[in-house]
Amino acid sequence: MEALIAILIGLLTAAGIYLLLAARTFPVVLGLTLLSYGVNLFLFASGRLSIGQPPVIGDQAGYTDPLPQALVLTAIVIGFAMTAFVIMLALKARAELGSDHVDGREPGEVGE
Amino acid sequence: MSAPSLAWIMAPLLIPLGTAILMLLLGPLMRLKARRAFSLLAVLAQLSAALWLLALVAQGDILVQALGDWPAPFGIVLVADRLAVWMLLLTALLALGALASAIEGTDTASRHFHALFQLQLFGLNGAFLTGDLFNLFVFFEVLLLASYGLLLHGGGARRTRAGLQFVVVNLAGSTLFLFAAGTLYGLTGTLNLADLAQRLPSIPPEDLGLVRAGALLLFGVFALKAALFPLHPWLPSSYAATSPAVAALFAIMTKVGVYALLRMQTLLFGPEAGGFAGLYAPWELVLGLVSIALGALGALAARELGLQIGYLVILSVGTLLTAFGLGSAAALSAGLYYLAHSTLAAGAAFLLAGQIAQRRGVLRDRLESGPVLAGAPLLGGLFFLSAVLLAGLPPFSGFLGKWMLLSAALDHPAALGWVLALVLGGGLLAVVALARSGSVLFLSATGSPSRATPPAASSALAPLLWLLALCLGLTLAAGPVSTFTTAIATDLLAPERYIEAVLGLAGGSH
Repeated sequence: MEALIAILIGLLTAAGIYLLLAARTFPVVLGLTLLSYGVNLFLFASGRLSIGQPPVIGDQAGYTDPLPQALVLTAIVIGFAMTAFVIMLALKARAELGSDHVDGREPGEVGE
Repeated sequence: MSAPSLAWIMAPLLIPLGTAILMLLLGPLMRLKARRAFSLLAVLAQLSAALWLLALVAQGDILVQALGDWPAPFGIVLVADRLAVWMLLLTALLALGALASAIEGTDTASRHFHALFQLQLFGLNGAFLTGDLFNLFVFFEVLLLASYGLLLHGGGARRTRAGLQFVVVNLAGSTLFLFAAGTLYGLTGTLNLADLAQRLPSIPPEDLGLVRAGALLLFGVFALKAALFPLHPWLPSSYAATSPAVAALFAIMTKVGVYALLRMQTLLFGPEAGGFAGLYAPWELVLGLVSIALGALGALAARELGLQIGYLVILSVGTLLTAFGLGSAAALSAGLYYLAHSTLAAGAAFLLAGQIAQRRGVLRDRLESGPVLAGAPLLGGLFFLSAVLLAGLPPFSGFLGKWMLLSAALDHPAALGWVLALVLGGGLLAVVALARSGSVLFLSATGSPSRATPPAASSALAPLLWLLALCLGLTLAAGPVSTFTTAIATDLLAPERYIEAVLGLAGGSH
């Protein structure tokens, strides 16, 4: 399971960075989303992976760390709000600048 | 520590948050004048709270507030030591100038300007007070989200373009922050900074590399926020694109990154940190020196006054991190003095650039000669004063800060040559750049003052005068202030007291 999660995080992050470097707003938004998925899984895994364990210390032999789950929850909420914001901003930029490039103009085009 | 004095530590957080929430709720019902008065009152209240906290910690006490009464390291703690309060005070002083300038007219573009302004202060104050790594991330997000709104405030294609880049860069930075925090938590099992400091020396050798990677990832994140080379290119364009009041407030935003670097460097990676001792300092020194050179060259090449000041902010960040990278008590103290100076001077310069741009009509702040400005003698005088402050020429606070830095560098023979060459050379290039701008803007102007723009009210200069007066105050009170910054530096170099104050609660009455 560890290997699977690690490969998944790596794939998501790599894809996220690749899309982020595309420098067009739509791929950039997707890239940021994939990056935040990757980091959320990463945070989740930082409490170690265990199955069927309660997140509290009780009579059972083991327990799973509840803190990363709280962190992931916070990160998801913040990431969600940021994604919504950046989508609105990307639409605004497309409308105002007439280009979906993050520089606001096509590569090679001369401008201020 | 008695309960009432502990409650004061919450004031710099509750005042802006409460104000922002109230303004979001009641905003549609309030007139512009009421919103302005309310916002101004809130900033004044934060200033008083910061001053009161300063009185409480001036003797070296460290106030610790466990949120929800969960003892550290299990709950989140707020910690007010001398460094945190110094930053709080600086934020409130700068915010007062920025807000007063916004009230002169740029706050009318959106109903939510004042709510965003207060949320930005909430994020800033929180980042300075928190004693928890993840909580620091949350406050970073709060201040960034508010800053996105403030940056875009007023609209326009240029702001949108700069805003988009600023937002994307910072979102990528936030992701890195989470990776770093996750790595550190996974390997040390704590996010409380004091607890982290205690656990780092006993990290098993097989985990050393990974923890180091996490810590340096964190360095990258803070360097991005501080606009340290090579993570600086977002700063000049976004600061030049936004409204002057917001740019002035943003002068403290890079200092959040600088503050975080200083805190981590002294608390987590001090000489007692075993395999982590001195992890940040060499990077800070080298990248700081490169930033000085780059900021100076950028200021020379800039074709707009706003961009030029943006590059001078990078230069000042470089100077600060050079000081912190040296790491001795004298260098830290010089850096903390220069930090206050450079924040206030950059804020004043952005406000002045705004005033100049307003009077030049379509030329804005482009460095091309145009008609004589309305009120040129007064503005020219203020420009001269700001330029002297920014470039760090005698007799003002910038010079004193650099003087302290250079005399502290004398104790570091290995780095002395580079520090001397770059700090002095950077200062010289800044003088050249600013002198050229001044002569283009004021001396080579031709024709009569343009009638197109109505002369601004004289009250428009008041916020600028406030920030300049603070710089002069910093010069006149250099003795007491540098005594205080030396006390901060001594605190920072003895992190045991911080750790004890935070974790001592665990064995207390709770």
